[in-house]
Amino acid sequence: MQTALILGAGSDLARALARRFATASYRLILAEPDTSLIEDLAKDLEIRSQAPVETVAFDALKPETHQAFYDSLSVKPDVVLCVFGYMGDQLKAETDSAERLRVMNVNYTGAVSILEVIATDFAARKAGTLIGISSCAGDRGRQSNYIYGSAKAGFTAYLSGLRNRLFHHGVHVMTVKPGFMRTAMTEGLDLPEILTAMPDRAAEIIFHAFTRKRNVIYLLWMWKWIMMMVRNVPECVFKRMKM
Amino acid sequence: MKRKTANWGNYPTIEADVLTLRNQRQANEFIHRDGPMIARGLGRCYGDSALSETILSTESCNNLLAFDSEKGILTCEAGVSLANILDVFTPRGWFLPVTPGTKFVTIGGAIAADVHGKSSGSFCDYVLSMQVMKADGEILTCSKTENAEFFETTRGGMGLTGLILQATIQLIPVETAYIREETVQCKDLDSVMDLFDHMGKWTYSVAWIDCVATGKNMGRSVMMRGEHARRADLVNSTQRRDPLNFHGLPKLDVPIMFPNFALNNLSVKAFNMAYYHKCPKGAHEHIVNYDAFFYPLDFVNNWNRIYGRRGFTQYQFLLPMESSYEGLPVLLEKISSCGLGSFLAVLKKFGPHESFISFPKPGYFLALDFPITKKLFALLDEFDKLVLKYGGRLYLAKDVRMKPEMFFKGYENADTFCERIKQWDPQQKFQSLQSRRLNIHQ
Ligand SMILES: Cc1cc2nc3c(=O)[nH]c(=O)nc-3n(C[C@H](O)[C@H](O)[C@H](O)COP(=O)(O)OP(=O)(O)OC[C@H]3O[C@@H](n4cnc5c(N)ncnc54)[C@H](O)[C@@H]3O)c2cc1C
Ligand SMILES: NC(=O)c1ccc[n+]([C@@H]2O[C@H](COP(=O)([O-])OP(=O)(O)OC[C@H]3O[C@@H](n4cnc5c(N)ncnc54)[C@H](OP(=O)(O)O)[C@@H]3O)[C@@H](O)[C@H]2O)c1
Repeated sequence: MQTALILGAGSDLARALARRFATASYRLILAEPDTSLIEDLAKDLEIRSQAPVETVAFDALKPETHQAFYDSLSVKPDVVLCVFGYMGDQLKAETDSAERLRVMNVNYTGAVSILEVIATDFAARKAGTLIGISSCAGDRGRQSNYIYGSAKAGFTAYLSGLRNRLFHHGVHVMTVKPGFMRTAMTEGLDLPEILTAMPDRAAEIIFHAFTRKRNVIYLLWMWKWIMMMVRNVPECVFKRMKM
Repeated sequence: MKRKTANWGNYPTIEADVLTLRNQRQANEFIHRDGPMIARGLGRCYGDSALSETILSTESCNNLLAFDSEKGILTCEAGVSLANILDVFTPRGWFLPVTPGTKFVTIGGAIAADVHGKSSGSFCDYVLSMQVMKADGEILTCSKTENAEFFETTRGGMGLTGLILQATIQLIPVETAYIREETVQCKDLDSVMDLFDHMGKWTYSVAWIDCVATGKNMGRSVMMRGEHARRADLVNSTQRRDPLNFHGLPKLDVPIMFPNFALNNLSVKAFNMAYYHKCPKGAHEHIVNYDAFFYPLDFVNNWNRIYGRRGFTQYQFLLPMESSYEGLPVLLEKISSCGLGSFLAVLKKFGPHESFISFPKPGYFLALDFPITKKLFALLDEFDKLVLKYGGRLYLAKDVRMKPEMFFKGYENADTFCERIKQWDPQQKFQSLQSRRLNIHQ
């Protein structure tokens, strides 16, 4: 039986992904800062996968604990999904340094810190898949969310480099750029329905892409074209736009 | 934030505060907010039962919590859908004891409407216990023996007793994911009622009835009855190799609202005629997968959009056994002559069944879909008079327009129901547009 580790298991996307992997008979390890939030999910997954599910405390903001966290896992995973993220509040982040550091530290520093630990193990074992949930926001910085966007841009670049390095060790790295998803993160936002993926659908697409060893994916095909256009607007025009 | 929300009939559409519940702790927080609120599952009720100023959406409270694989007893959160239960447990040889005509409903919705299906009995007959959060935030465990009064009022209580958090239900064992189905063409109302009355041992039965046909064809129907197929019943090798799984056909989708005129009397008449004649004369048996037998409508996503933006409603009434034989022909006559034409009409007989406030009781029910038009509600008021005359009632989960009188006269325990609600929820926290329309809180 293969094992999947989910980093940031409390989110709607993580839950949908965990269920998708459970349905495919993966044994699951769920990591989350407060494990009391995922106890019920663990029961759910045990019933679905008919295998024990482990929950472990993990905080992206405490990089000093990451090596010990990984060493403590009773079974080493075959697949790791790095799902956690923190969008924060752009306006607040412009004036409040704690908020902006948090956005950078969860999305970039924390992610790099834990994935480097895991990458070293995977490279030595010459097997495994790492899936990083990045964001379209990282494709180009925009005034409405560039702190988050730049952290995700860094994460995207990191995943690209990691893919390059680990390819030579037989380890696969996949980057996911979701676009809009209807989750707790976007609750209360008025998202256009056709550009928004429900978590279950997103999980299905990600799982399918994982089985086909895709490198970089957008969840909905429209996003690929939208982001291509956004990237190609000349900077002298782009800087004047309100996005 | 306000969000445009409507249930399955797309009428009415309101702006509501939708709060997505993700766990019990949040339930406690949300329930202490000001203003009236109501729980909502997948919004598969037709009218205004799951609408209020504030909506507690339970869709994301959907963990399975425990499963006894010897006894088939499942405990899960209220937002788990029937579709999900089937996906997980049918391959292990367990099936839902009762299921409505769509699998996209939640456990909470199935309990709150005490839904029925093609089998005898209703969903809550198989609910062993449940946990409900009352208006004051207290979580009550109830069952047929523990807090029994609360249990019987919550089943069919349309979310007015509290927020159902989780339930323990009994699944039934099956050998296959298939149904041995028999279809029988019945030339008129008498013959289909006669068939229901001499049903014999069939577990599942329902009749599609042509409500457009008049004269000697009035009430012509196609009876569909079924039994879970045993392994030995399976006919082909694909089924035999993997009897508990099947690969359904890909789903169709109605991506946009149809224009209002797409569904008119002519198309309805043509559809009904075709449906009747498609069924071979006499009785006919075959093996079908459970999706095809129980959920033919689920095959087309968003089929409610064919009714267009004006929306539609379902008129579902039940006549007690004693008056069915006299009342049904009268009502059918009235329906077929009024020229409204129902695309889908379903007739079923309920056997013995105890009910406090839930819809099912011994008798015949008929369900018809109608697009919302200017003259519809006045016409349905006339139907109401006849239904009352024969001692009948309407199904709350489908209703969007009945008057308070219809509810209080149709449901013999309506007054006691209202008193109990008042006692458990003195601040009237749980209110739906429907409960207010029906004067339940007065
Ligand atoms: C195509 C189709 C076919 C159908 N066929 C049948 C049928 O054959 N038989 C039948 O009985 N019904 C049938 N229905 C109706 C449907 O089964 C019921 O309306 C059911 O209640 C819908 O469940 P839901 O989860 O969508 O609940 P919603 O529609 O969201 O809510 C329905 C009611 O349940 C309450 N509720 C929901 N969740 C909770 C909760 N957690 N706690 C407290 N109250 C709650 C709501 O307040 C509301 O009053 C059909 C509907 C459709 C669209
Ligand atoms: N929703 C969208 O439209 C969208 C679009 C693009 C990209 N994404 C990305 O998709 C991923 C999932 O998003 P979502 O929408 O499901 O977001 P979400 O609901 O905000 O969930 C974020 C998850 O990250 C966890 N997390 C936050 N800080 C953490 C920390 N310090 N250590 C460990 N875990 C931490 C959270 O745990 P707690 O609940 O315990 O805080 C939560 O489980 C994120 O990476 C997000 O950036 C989302």
